This record gives sequence, C-alpha cells and structure tokens, in this order.
Amino acid sequence: MTTTSNTLRTWAPALGVVALIALTLTALAVLGGRTLPDRTGPPVEELAVERTHLTQGEITLTVRNTGADPVRVAQVFVNDAYVDFAGGDAAIDRLDTETLRLNYPWQAEQPYHVSILTATGAVIEHEIDAAVTTPQADGGFFALMILLGTYVGIIPVVLGMLFLPTLRRIGTRGVRVLLAVTVGLLAFLAIDATLEGFELAEKAGGAFGGTALVVLGALLAFLALSALDHRLSRGRTEKNGLRLALLISIGVGLHNLGEGLAIGAAYAVGELALGVTLVVGFAIHNTTEGLAIVSPLTQRRRPGIGTLLGLGVIAGAPAILGAVIGGTVTNTELSSFLLGIGVGAIAQVIVQLVPAVRDKAGRLLDPATVGGATAGLLAMYLTGLLVTA
Amino acid sequence: MTTPESPEPERTGPSRRRFLLGGALAGTAGAAALGIGGALSASADGGRTPGGPGHGGHGSAHGGGVHGPMFRAGSTVDHEANGFHPTELLRDFDYGTTSRMADGRILREWDVYATDEEIEIAPGATFPAWTFNSRVPGPTLRCTEGDLLRVRFHNGSEHPHTMHFHGIHPAEMDGIPGVGAGVIEPGASTVYEFDAEPFGLHLYHCHVGPLAEHIARGMYGTFIVDPKQGRADADELVMVMHGYNTTFDGEGNQLYAVNGIPFHYMHEPVKVRRNELVRIYLVNTLEFDPINSFHLHGNFFEYYPTGTRLEPTEFTDTIVQGQGQRGICEVRFKHPGQYMFHAHKTEFAELGWMGMFEVTE
Repeated sequence: MTTTSNTLRTWAPALGVVALIALTLTALAVLGGRTLPDRTGPPVEELAVERTHLTQGEITLTVRNTGADPVRVAQVFVNDAYVDFAGGDAAIDRLDTETLRLNYPWQAEQPYHVSILTATGAVIEHEIDAAVTTPQADGGFFALMILLGTYVGIIPVVLGMLFLPTLRRIGTRGVRVLLAVTVGLLAFLAIDATLEGFELAEKAGGAFGGTALVVLGALLAFLALSALDHRLSRGRTEKNGLRLALLISIGVGLHNLGEGLAIGAAYAVGELALGVTLVVGFAIHNTTEGLAIVSPLTQRRRPGIGTLLGLGVIAGAPAILGAVIGGTVTNTELSSFLLGIGVGAIAQVIVQLVPAVRDKAGRLLDPATVGGATAGLLAMYLTGLLVTA
Repeated sequence: MTTPESPEPERTGPSRRRFLLGGALAGTAGAAALGIGGALSASADGGRTPGGPGHGGHGSAHGGGVHGPMFRAGSTVDHEANGFHPTELLRDFDYGTTSRMADGRILREWDVYATDEEIEIAPGATFPAWTFNSRVPGPTLRCTEGDLLRVRFHNGSEHPHTMHFHGIHPAEMDGIPGVGAGVIEPGASTVYEFDAEPFGLHLYHCHVGPLAEHIARGMYGTFIVDPKQGRADADELVMVMHGYNTTFDGEGNQLYAVNGIPFHYMHEPVKVRRNELVRIYLVNTLEFDPINSFHLHGNFFEYYPTGTRLEPTEFTDTIVQGQGQRGICEVRFKHPGQYMFHAHKTEFAELGWMGMFEVTE
C-alpha cells in the first residue's frame, strides 16, 4: 500500500506536466499558427531520386519529397526532350515517395540528364552518369552477390586468421604490439566508413537526418555492443580472449555489411569493375581484418577449428547480406545508417582492445605500441588503395 | 529548386482577368479573348482525340518513346481557364476600330491592356505571365500602310510597362523609358499615335527594364502593316515563336512554343486546304537563346524577310531568325496529309516547338 502511494506520489506530478504539455501543444497547433504571417518566399520544392531503374526503353525513378512543401510533377524531360511518363499524378507530400516511369529510348553507357518540371515551373534535376540495364533480382543475381560477398568478406577474413599459429609464438610484448596494430587497423576502418557514410548521406537529401543518421547509427551500435559485452562478461572480471575475438568479429562484420552495400550498389548501376582487381584488392585489404580477430586468441588454449570458422563467418558473411541489400534496395539513407552502425561497432571494439595494449605499469603509448598502431593505420591505408569499389 | 517569388500569390487567372478587364475597361480585345476561351471549352480537353475522319485516328498517335517527344500522354492544357486558345490565335487578326478622317485617311484605334496572368503553359505547370490583352502572344494588330494608328495602352498589371512598336515613328511614340510618355505605371494609361509605315511584318513588345524579363514574361505581339495594294488572297496564319524560362534563371528556356502552348499543334494540327495559298506571318520573340528557326516538312515556301518587299528572296524549307526577326512564308501544299513543322534547332522542337499541318481537299 505504501509502495503504491509512493509510486503515485512520484508519478502524479509527471503525468500532470505531460497533460499540460499536450494541452499547450494542441492550443499552439490550433491557434498559434494563425498568429504568425505566411512564408514570404516561394514554396520549397525538393525531390530526391532514391532509385533509378533502367529497362529497355524505360527509365523508372523512385523519388522522395525531401522538401517542406508538397511537390506536383507537371512534366518530365530527358536530355532536353519532353517524354511521356506514368505516375506522379497527384501531389507528393513531404517524405512521401512516388514512382515515375519515363518512356524514353535510352542508349547503353550514355549519360542522361532527367529534369522534372513541377507545377510552379521549378526544375528538379537528376543525373544518370552512364545508363546500364538494372540487373533483375533473380537467382543469378543473388548467386553473384553471394559469390562477391564470399570473395571480399569470408575468404580474406579466414585467410587472415591463418596467422594465428604464428602469433601464438611471439610472447607477451609481441601480443601487445599486435593488438596495437589491430587498433590501428580498426581506427582506419572507422574513419574511412565515417567519411563514406557522410558522403552518401549528403547525396540523399537529408529528409531523414542526413549525416546525423551516420552518427545515430554509430552511437546505437556502440551502446548495443557495450550492452552485449556486459552480458557476455557477467560474473567474470578477467578479459577473456575468445569474448574479445567475438566482439571484434561482430564489429568487423558490421563494417563488412557496409562494404558489401557499396559493392552491391556499384554493381547495380554498372560501375563495379568486376574481376581480378576487385577480388585481390579486397582479399589483401580484408586479410588484415582476420588478423585483428585472432589477435586476442594468442594467450588462450588453442581454439577449435569450428570456433575459428564461426568467427570468420560472423565477420565475413555480412558482406554477402550487404551486397544483396545494396544491389536491390539502393536507398542511400539506409546505406549511410548501416555504415554508421559499422563505425560504432568498431569504436566499441577499440575500447575493448585498449586495456590489453597497456603494459604492466599501465602505460598505453610506448614506442612499440605506437609503432604497432601506426603500422596498422598504414596497412589499411595502403591496402585500401587496391580496392576499387 | 525554387522559383523566384511570383508577383501573383493567387492562382485565379480567369477571375483576376475579369476583375482587371471589368468595369470601365470593357476592353474589346480582352473580352473577345474571353469569349473565344468560352466558345472553345468543349474542345479544350479533347486535344488528343483524333481530329476528323480524314486521318483515321493518326492525330493522337504522335510522340512517346521513339515516336518523339510529348507531354504525359492524355494531359492537356486548360485553354478555357487560360482564356485563349492557340488554334484560334492562328487566324485572329485585330483590325481595331476604324473611322475616316477629314483628309480621307483611315484612323485605326485599339485599346490594349497589360495584365498579370497565371497561365497553364504545359499540362499541370503554371507560369506567372505578364500579358497584353490576357494572352501570350499578345493580339495581332493589323492595319494598312498609310493609316493613322492610335493605340490606347492601359496598364492593369502590378508592374510598369510600355508598348514599343517596330516601325517608323517619332521618338516620343517609341514606348521606351524616359522618352515621350516613358514608363506607364500600374493603373496609368497612355496613347501611342503614329503612321502605319513601312508595310511589312513587324512586332511590338514591352520595353521596360529588365528588358529580357519583361519580354520573356509574355509581353510581345505581332504588328502587321499591309501594303496599300494588298497581297494575294490566302489562308493567313500568324505564328509567334517564343519560350518560357520557368525557372527565371535567365539561362535558356524550359519550354518552347508557337502561339502560347508547347506541342499544341501536335494535338490539334493546323488545318489547311490542298493547293490553297497559305501565308504564314512568322515572328521570333524568343529570349535567352540567340536564334530560332522554322522548318517545314514535305514542302518548300517562298520567304519574304520582314515582309517589306513584295518579291521573295528565297525558296526554301528552313529559315533562321534572330531575336526580333520575322518574315512571311508563302506555301501551297501539293499533297494531302500531315506535315510536321518545327524549329530545326531540334532541342527547341523536343522542348515543345513542334506542330503539324493537316492538309485536306
């Protein structure tokens, strides 16, 4: 009884405040708007093209209204010629999407400039850098995406993990340096993904937050992985090598999801140079990720081959998922959000790794670890130059 | 993307037009334009239905994909709401009201009204136009060499305007700022009075700065001075080539047209008779692009530059006109059927400046 009345005493004022806020907001919505003058400027008409789908004789655009006002599509012209089109008969409200199907005999590999004439005479433009038939999401497409994801994700990571027997012989000091190398590798990945996420988000029009989405994804992932770490380590105080390796796998996996996205999206618009450069470039680049995963396993008893493979799949397989999403959805805002998640995951892993880099006196940055981190950064930078997607 | 602020926040073209032209200013030409709009309402939405039995439904089949440019299939402009119809403008000559003076000369008088109009220039897209007599292009003022002309100009627009005629006249009748009546402020009126000379095909337009904008907003029209002896009987047509810079960036146009509405004569071909002499008064008032052109399919025409000589200078199927240039094209169609005409600057054609002649017996 006392508990109930205490609870009531705690929450009743809060409920009162919420009710007051709701009442005030309603009053503002009903009356407040009238106390302000209308906007003096013209309507803000913005459409972001989220998806360009090309089939023979037809260009299909999925547009989203990212501006403040409804947009009514009056006519459309492509490379300075008006075209017959379907869709977009009604005004598109803020954040709504609409599909415009343009009847236009486009030619492969040529650039196209699509201009959407709105009801007010404004022109919203969209560039198609080089027209390529959009791949159909059929069995062959999925098989190709799985193959690509396996090449750039699973195989290199597992290859990197083959260094484990060597790493086990290098001693405590060697392990500290190695972990520093891993921190360097991961830091570079985080920076790289952040920049890529910001670049993508800026293209998207910002209706869903733009670059803030990248930051949001990063923070959410960081918090989620922190909670996961807390749960995994419950009841144990010492650092467990396998737990750390698992966290690194998850972080790297979330990063590879973003990498897969980029590959899938580039393939969908015909920009991806498939072939030896792509596969070998990614293989060398991502082999370092495998190295990062096994680096905490040096002081533990030898892990089973199944465990290692499992870690490899956790780190590599998201590249497959990413490639499939990137090749079919091509939603730039989703992509930037997922890139942000990868960044947050990696940041969390770095936080996990740092204590293990300290020496017995608690020092973090001695010449050996600084050298290691530098080597890690440079390794990622240099191998990143080999990657074309 | 945004458009610069519209001078007219309201989108009520017809009612605004009636308001401006109502009351004391019961303008004859403006009222006539309204009447035309009303009379044509039945055909306004049927633009894509085949015109007649003669062409077996072919009339609606133009455009789309490899068949060429077009607006969204089935979409047409509401000519009734616009208050003018391009098919009517073709043969709409405004001779004004005439009276004979003591010396025997003809005195020819017009009332011309400047108004601001929201015009649907492509299906679904409106343009805040400045107009003469609520139409784009303005009325085709037609007279005979030697007439005394008196144009009473009333500015019902919210912006200052003038009427500047091409022709031979005293400086104070030139319709430019600072000379004669100068700029005519909103609500004010003036009278431009001068002799009709030389004979030929001319034009008039507003001459207030910024000049390109005042013209591009729609303030231009055709001014025909017939030679005293007249010209041979013909089916006479006026074609004013122009454009709309809907973004107001002053860098080219988003839409190109003859007589107000892009692609209109693709939906409603210009009907002419086989072997009859067809005379086209062709005027170029296009802004922002340095040249315009006219090309006729399946035929050749005699070309009279500026119409100031009675002998043609060229027998051709394509001519080029710079800004303000004009000329008369005379043609007979030897064979029945549909013949395209368009700017041979094909970019303009595909952005609206194309049409069809339909030749019948």
